[in-house]
Order: sequence, then structure tokens, then C-alpha cells
Amino acid sequence: MAQRIDVKDLNIYYGDFLAVQDITMTIEPKSVTALIGPSGCGKSTFLRTLNRMHEVIPNARVEGTVEMEGVDLYGSDVDPVAVRRNVGMVFQRPNPFPTMSIRDNVLAGVKLNNKRISKADADDMVESSLHGANLWNEVKDRLEKPGSGLSGGQQQRLCIARAIAVKPQVLLMDEPCSALDPISTIAIEDLIGELKSEYTIVIVTHNMQQAARVSDRTAFFNIAGTGKPGKLIEMDETSTIFSSPSEKSTEDYVSGRFG
Amino acid sequence: MTDSPPRARARATRRRGSDRGFNRVFRWIAVGSGVLILAVLAAVALFLLWQAWPALTAGSDELATAVPRYPEDTSFVAYVGPLVFGTLLAAILALAIATPLAIGIALFISHYAPRRLSQVLGYLVDLLAAVPSVIYGLWGFFVLAPFVVPIWSWLNEYLGWFPLFAGEASPTGRVLATVAIVLAVMILPIITAVSREVFLQTPKLHEEAALALGATRWELVRTAVLPFGRSGIISAAMLGLGRALGETMAVLMILSPGFLYSFHILDSAQHQTIAAYIALDFPEASGLAVNTLIATGLVLFVITLAVNMGARAIVARRKEFSGAN
Repeated sequence: MAQRIDVKDLNIYYGDFLAVQDITMTIEPKSVTALIGPSGCGKSTFLRTLNRMHEVIPNARVEGTVEMEGVDLYGSDVDPVAVRRNVGMVFQRPNPFPTMSIRDNVLAGVKLNNKRISKADADDMVESSLHGANLWNEVKDRLEKPGSGLSGGQQQRLCIARAIAVKPQVLLMDEPCSALDPISTIAIEDLIGELKSEYTIVIVTHNMQQAARVSDRTAFFNIAGTGKPGKLIEMDETSTIFSSPSEKSTEDYVSGRFG
Repeated sequence: MTDSPPRARARATRRRGSDRGFNRVFRWIAVGSGVLILAVLAAVALFLLWQAWPALTAGSDELATAVPRYPEDTSFVAYVGPLVFGTLLAAILALAIATPLAIGIALFISHYAPRRLSQVLGYLVDLLAAVPSVIYGLWGFFVLAPFVVPIWSWLNEYLGWFPLFAGEASPTGRVLATVAIVLAVMILPIITAVSREVFLQTPKLHEEAALALGATRWELVRTAVLPFGRSGIISAAMLGLGRALGETMAVLMILSPGFLYSFHILDSAQHQTIAAYIALDFPEASGLAVNTLIATGLVLFVITLAVNMGARAIVARRKEFSGAN
């Protein structure tokens, strides 16, 4: 179910502005890949090209290829909607649908896929997804209550449950813990550790300890200056990046000397 | 032992405190405006009650002699009933036509149309609101009524089993169905404008949540935009309903009036609305007849108030799920 992603010579533009330049990387299946780097270096932009979410912004476009198990996501016959059903995403701020109950939130993506499912199947799916997101025990008695009534950390885990309910191949996380307190952060990090046995996970984080704790491989992005494009400086085993990176700027960044 | 230093300090603190100068002025302006609204509303209600009282307390014989077109041996309630019925029927029909159309236009402007087109369209819709109701009356009378005659007779002939289309289609087109269309056009801009603003305010966060789950444009609208805009749509519809209930000129000019409880909206001489009725009879009324007209006005006032309170109740009922928390 988890899939491998091959990015080749990817340039990302907003209109004429080159935001991210010349990314080539391989993301291994059933592993956690962390994207780190200073603000504005294009990590989130790059993450969003992996499920074509950057196209929500007018005039955004890419050059190069992003292949998922050999299929180019930007092929002319590929529907972005289909890509997004395959690649789940969790955002910086928890965003459960406020008008839906906890149960309906988990089922939101499943219902979008136009599958008619029986109530029993739906119940099973809600339970397994919430178990998968380590939220079941906290919400099992109030599934019909609105999702917006949960705490921030619980809402974020609800969003993860919603994302994994549709059984995606890949899970993208855009700073999933930056709006959460330390306890909730640990809960999410533990969850990431469990989820990687089934999904390919790519996580953007500003927290280098977090990258060191949760990821198998780490990619360091940097930017030469304002208005310049962001670039991938290096990518390696997380332990290597944090102990003996090959680039000077990576070492400066991970040791806290800038950024 | 003197207490002047602390007192002086207290005074100084107070002077530097927040309720000074413009803050204070602004507070009074705000409070004053709020009170003024209540006062105006109360004054209107009191005026209506005071002027309507003689008609409300008069016997039916007295009313029958004083008021033209007042049927013999009828209580005031039985007299005003058909007017209330006509008013509500016209307004509800107009709302039923306008709301889906307005939501469609608003969604097109906010989520489908290219930006430039959506701006032009927005202006055009706002322009509809600027047309005076007399113009709508003229248009309804000279253009729309003759135009819809064949449509109404077709509906009457083939869909006559449906209660609304039963009866005999009028050859003039000056019927409640035509009025409902004109009213719908008149309330379309306000419903569209309010819905559009609400749809545009859908949090980016919720839209992205839907998109990231693989929502198509319509599914995005269904899962994120419409639920968020629900209470706004209801408010918009109620604003429209308020205007439709009170609209006078267009109804007066188009409708051929009658005083029946009738669902035959293609028939002439079946219905009349309160506002048009008052405008029609007011110039020639005197004495108790004026009081009777004002009493019907009071009824309209109460209906409008009830409609608005009903809308509030609907909006408040699902507050927990509104996203306001």
C-alpha cells in the first residue's frame, strides 16, 4: 500500500517567480522523510506539489516529474482529484469540518469517493481509523458530537484519522505539531512512528529535534536570499544529517547556528 | 497624616484611564445608535397599535358601514385572513424561485467563475437591486405578463392536476405567479450579495481540508462552503423574504386583486397582498377605514417580525456545529 516517490528535476513556479529550483530526490516507501530548513525555503511548497495541492494557488505550475511507482503525477491524463485521493495530507492547523460530527469527519473522505457503504462498514471504518490515530478511547462515547469541540491535539489526530480512513498510499504532514502543546506533540510523534509501517510519510517540520526523533531520512532545504529560489541542499539518513552532514550550511543549520 | 498624594494619584490614573476623550464620545455614539433603533421600532409598533385600536375593537357592523369592500358580518380576522394568505403565498413563491437561483449565482461568482467575469457579474447583480420597484411594476405589466400568458396556459392545461396550476389560466397574465416572478427578481440581488460574501469567507483551512481529501469542485462546495454558509444563506433568504412581504408597487401594478383563500396562482382576481391593498385603498379612506388599513399594516408588521425571529431560531439551533467555536 505504501508507495515510493521519485522526484526528478522539479522546478516550481508561481507565475514567473521560480519558488523552488531543481529538486531531485527519492522518497522510500514505509519510511518517514523529514523536510527541514529555514522559513520560506520552499519545503511546504515542495510538499504540496506531491499531491498537487499547490495548484489551488492561481498560476502555480511545475516543470519536471514526480513519479509515484513509475506514474507521473503531472502526466496529462492524471486528474489532480485522483492524486489527492491517493495522497493524504495533514495541515499545520487542525482543520476538522466544523459542521460535522466526529464520526462524519472521519467518514468525510470516504463519502467523497462516492462509495456507498453500509452502516456496519462505516462503523468499522470509523473505529479502525480512530484507533489508527490513537483517538478512539478518547472519543468513542461522543462520536456524534462536533469535531470542533475537541482539544487542538485531538483535532489534529482526528484529521489524521480522516486522512487515513481513505487508505492513501502516502501521507503528507505540513508542520502537524506546530500549533500543539508538547504532550499532544508527543502523541502525534508516537503515532507517526506507528503509521510508517503502513504508509509513506513525508513531514515538514521546523523542529529539528522532531525531525531527529521521527524520521528515517532528512532533506535539508535552503534559500540563498529573499527572491531567490529554494533548493534542496542535501538529503541523507537522519543520523548522518544530524551528526556528519556533507554540506557546511546543513551543519550550521542543524547545530542551530542560523535559521 | 494627609491622604492627598494617593488621591491625586488615583485621579491621575483615572484621567489616563480608558474612558476619556474620544473613547467616551464613541461609546455614547454607539450606545445612542443602539437605543435609537429600539426607540424607532417601539415607536412604529406603538403608532400601529394606537391607530389600529379603533378598528380592532369596532364591531363588524360598524366596520362594514365605514370600510368599502368590507363584507357583511365578518370579524376583522376573517377580513384580513385572505390578505395575509395572499401576502405569504406571493412571498414564499418568490423565495422558492429566488433562493436556489441566488445560491447558484453566488457560488458561480465565488467559486467557479474566472476572477474578471465574477467581478462583472457581481456588479450586474448589485445593479438589479438599484432598479426602482415602479420600473419592475411597469416591466411586469407590459413585458412579463404578456410573455408568460402562453406558459401559464400550458402549465394550466398539462399540469393542472397540481393544485397551484389548477383553475383557469388568466388571459392577461396579471396573476400571482407573475407577481412571484417579479418579486423573485427583486429579492435576487440581496440574497445573492449576502450569500456571495458568506461563501467568499469560507476559511481556506476548510477548503483545503476538502481538497486534500480529493474533493472535486462541487464536493468542495458541498463539504466546506455550503455548511459554513448555511446560517448566512438563511439570513439572506430572510432579508429577501422581508422585502417580498412588504413590496407594494410592483404587486399593485401587476396583480389583478381578489380576496380568496386560493391556491390558483394562474387565475386572476384571486389574491391580494397587504401592502398593495393598503396602498390601493389609502387615498380614498377616511375615519375608521384608515384605522382598518393601519390594523392590516400591524398584521404585516407582526408577520415580518415573526419571520425574522423564526430565522434567528433556525440559525441558533445548530450553533454547536456552526464553526463559530
